[in-house]
Amino acid sequence: MKLRSLLPGAVLVLLFFSSALISYIWTPFDVTLIDIKSRFLAPDATHWLGTDHFGRDMLSMLMVGARTSIAVAFVAVGIGMLFGVPLGLAAAAHRGKFLDEAIMRGNDLVFAFPALLIAIMITAVYGPGALNAIIAIGIFNIPVFARLSRGAALSLWKRDFILAARAAGKGITRISFEHILPNITNLLIVQGTIQFSLGILAEAGLSFVGLGAQPPIPSWGRMLADSQTLIYTEPQLALFPGLAILLTVLGLNLLGDGLRDWLDPRLRRER
Amino acid sequence: MKKIQLSRAIFLALFVAGSAQAAKTDVTIGMQLEPPNLDPTGGAAAAIDEVVYANVYEGLTRFGPDGSVRPALAKTWEISADGMTYTFSLQEGVAFHNGSSFDADDVKFSIDRAMAEDSTNAQKQLFANIESVENVDGDVVIKLKAADGNLLFNLAWGDAVIVAPEAVENLATAPVGTGPFQFKNWVQGDQVVLEKNPDYWGEPVKLDMATFKFISEPTAAFAAMMAGDLDAFPNYPAPENLAQLEADPRFSVVLGSTEGETILSTNNKQAPLDNVLVRQAIAHAIDRTAIIDGAMYGYGTPIGTHFAPHNPAYVDLTANSNYDPEKSKALLKAAGLPDGFTTTLKLPPPAYARRGGEIIASQLRAVGINVEVSNLEWAQWIEQVFKGKDFGLTIVSHTEPMDIGIYAKPDYYFQYDNAALQAMMKSFNEETDTDKRTGILQEAQQIISADYVNGYLFQLAKTGVASSKLKGLWQNSPTQANDLTGVYWED
Repeated sequence: MKLRSLLPGAVLVLLFFSSALISYIWTPFDVTLIDIKSRFLAPDATHWLGTDHFGRDMLSMLMVGARTSIAVAFVAVGIGMLFGVPLGLAAAAHRGKFLDEAIMRGNDLVFAFPALLIAIMITAVYGPGALNAIIAIGIFNIPVFARLSRGAALSLWKRDFILAARAAGKGITRISFEHILPNITNLLIVQGTIQFSLGILAEAGLSFVGLGAQPPIPSWGRMLADSQTLIYTEPQLALFPGLAILLTVLGLNLLGDGLRDWLDPRLRRER
Repeated sequence: MKKIQLSRAIFLALFVAGSAQAAKTDVTIGMQLEPPNLDPTGGAAAAIDEVVYANVYEGLTRFGPDGSVRPALAKTWEISADGMTYTFSLQEGVAFHNGSSFDADDVKFSIDRAMAEDSTNAQKQLFANIESVENVDGDVVIKLKAADGNLLFNLAWGDAVIVAPEAVENLATAPVGTGPFQFKNWVQGDQVVLEKNPDYWGEPVKLDMATFKFISEPTAAFAAMMAGDLDAFPNYPAPENLAQLEADPRFSVVLGSTEGETILSTNNKQAPLDNVLVRQAIAHAIDRTAIIDGAMYGYGTPIGTHFAPHNPAYVDLTANSNYDPEKSKALLKAAGLPDGFTTTLKLPPPAYARRGGEIIASQLRAVGINVEVSNLEWAQWIEQVFKGKDFGLTIVSHTEPMDIGIYAKPDYYFQYDNAALQAMMKSFNEETDTDKRTGILQEAQQIISADYVNGYLFQLAKTGVASSKLKGLWQNSPTQANDLTGVYWED
C-alpha cells in the first residue's frame, strides 16, 4: 500500500476541515468578544492556546480563521474549475482552430501576471474584503484548470473509444462531457487540492497585508500581521497561526500527492 | 625601537578612535511618515513640520518645548492700546541659507503669500484676522481687522514661518529658511538630511548633521532601534514594544504629552448620528480604559471633550460619557432605535485607530450598534472621510494645538453646526483678557461635551525612544516638531 502521504495528508486536512465545520456551531469562546483584561494569557485549561492581544481565545480564533481560509480557497478553486474546465475542454475539442488559440492565449495573458499582485490590485480598486479576495484568487485558478483539462483531453481525443463515439454520431460537446470529463476527473481532483493549498496561502497573504477578510472576522493572515510587533514578547501569538497555515498547506499537498498515486491506474495496477 | 613605534601607533589609533566616538555630532531620527513635501507653508502634513520646524524655518515667534510662545525672528514687539496694531522689531544679522539677507520685506512677503487668495497654506485661518503687513523703517507692523489675542500664538505655527522670497518656486523640494540647520538632500522614500548652518544668527547648534529616516512599519522601526541604525524615534509607533526598549540600558523611553485629542469622529449630518441621543448612546457604550489599555498599552489620558488635559483651561468632563452600556441601550430605545442600527467605521493606518477601532466596534456591537469596519490608507482617508465626508464614524487624533475652533466650522468633516458655539469662538478670538478667554474655552468644552459631537477617547501620549546618551529632545509635543536646536550627545 502506497499510502505514506495520503494518510497523514488526509488526517491533517480532516482536522482543519472539521474544526472549521465545528466552529459554525460551537467555539470555546466568542471571537468577537474583546476583553482587554485577560489578554496575553498563557495556554491553560480554559484557554488551550492562550489569548491574543485583545484577550480573545486563540483556539476559537484559529477555528473561525480556518473557516475563512477554507471558504475563500474553496470558492476560489470552484470558480477556477467552473470556468477553467469547460474552456479547456472546448479548446481541446477545437484543437488548432481559432477558438483554441483564443482561449489558450487568453490563458497565457492571465498567467503572465503575478497572481498576488493582481489580487492586490483588485482589492485596492474594489476595496478589501473576503469576497474580492475570492474573486481575485478564483480568476487565477481559471487558466490552471483550462490548461490541465486541455492537455489531458487532447490525448483522449486520439483514443479509439472517442472515435467510436464520434462514429456513433455524438457531437463534440456531448463527447467532451460524457467521455472526456469523467476520464480527467482524477487529474482535476489532484490539481484541485494543490490549488486549494495555494488558495489558502494567497488568502493568508492578502489578509496579512490587510486586503483579505476584514475585522472582526478572524483570519490566519491577519492574526500573523497583528502579532508582528509582539513577536519578541509573545511569540506564541505568531506561532499558532503560522503553524495552522503550515500544517494545512502541508496536509493539502500530501493529500494531493497521495491522491495522485492512489488514483493513477498504472500505479494502482502495481499495487 | 620598532616596538615603541608600534605601541605608539596602537595608542594613537585608539586615541583617535576614542575621540572620534566622544565627539559624535550627528544624529539619526526615525519618523513613521515621510513628508509629502518640505514646505510647511504649503501642506498640512504633520511630517513636514516634524522635519523643518525650528530646524530649517523660523517665524516671528515660535513654540518652546513647554508650548509657550517665545520670540524668534522678532526680537521684541509692542502692542497698541487698542490691541489692533502689533509692531515687531526684528533680529539683526539674519541671513537665509541661500545667502540673501533677511529683513521686514521678507516677513511682509511671507505673510502676504500665506494670506493670499490663491495661497495653498493649510492653516489660512491663522491669518484671517490680519488686515495688512507693512515694513515701517525696518520694523514689521501688522494691523488687524479686530483685536486678537491669538496673533502671537498664530505666528508661532509652522505654517507661518518666514521663507526666502527668491526661493519660493522650489520650496517643496529645496527649503530655504533662516534656521540653525540648512537643507542638504532628500532621498525620497528614505531620508532627509540637514546640516549645520555655519552662519546662524543665534546660538549655534551642537550637532553638525541631522538625518531624518522614514520607517513606516512598526516592526522595522523596532529592528532599526535595536540595531542602532537610529538614535531616536521621538514618536515611537508601537507602544507594545516600549517596555522592552525601556529595559534595554542603551535606550531611554521618555513619556510626554501631545496636543493629539484622539476622538471617535462622528458624521453629525448622517442619520441616525445626527440625533444627539444616538451620539450619547455611542459615548456611553465606549469603555475608554479598555481602549487606552488595548490599543495604546496604557499610554494615554482619558478625555471627555476636545481639549488637552495638560492645558490649564481644561475641564474634566469624562463623567459626561462614562462607560454605561445599559444607559446606552436605553438611550437607543429613546431615540427610536431599540434594535440598534448599522453604520460605518473608517480607520486610518495608525495603531490607535486600527486597534482602537476593533475594540470600539466590539463595544458598540455589545449595545446593538453594528459597525462595518474598513481600513483605509491615509490618502483614501483624506479623500473619503476628510474631504468627501462619506463616513459614519472614524477614529483620528487631532494633533494641532488649541484646535477647539474646528467645532465652529460647520463644513469641517464632522459637520457640527451650532450657531451659539460659532458666536462663542468668534468672541474668543476677539477677546484679549486671559481670564475671560479661559472662561470661554471652558464653556465651549462643556457645550461640545454635552452635545456629544464626537466620541472623546484619549489624549495621545508622546512616547519617545532615544539613545540614553542623546539629550535635549522635547519631552512633550506642544506642536508638530522635532526641534533639534538643543540636542547634544552626552559623553
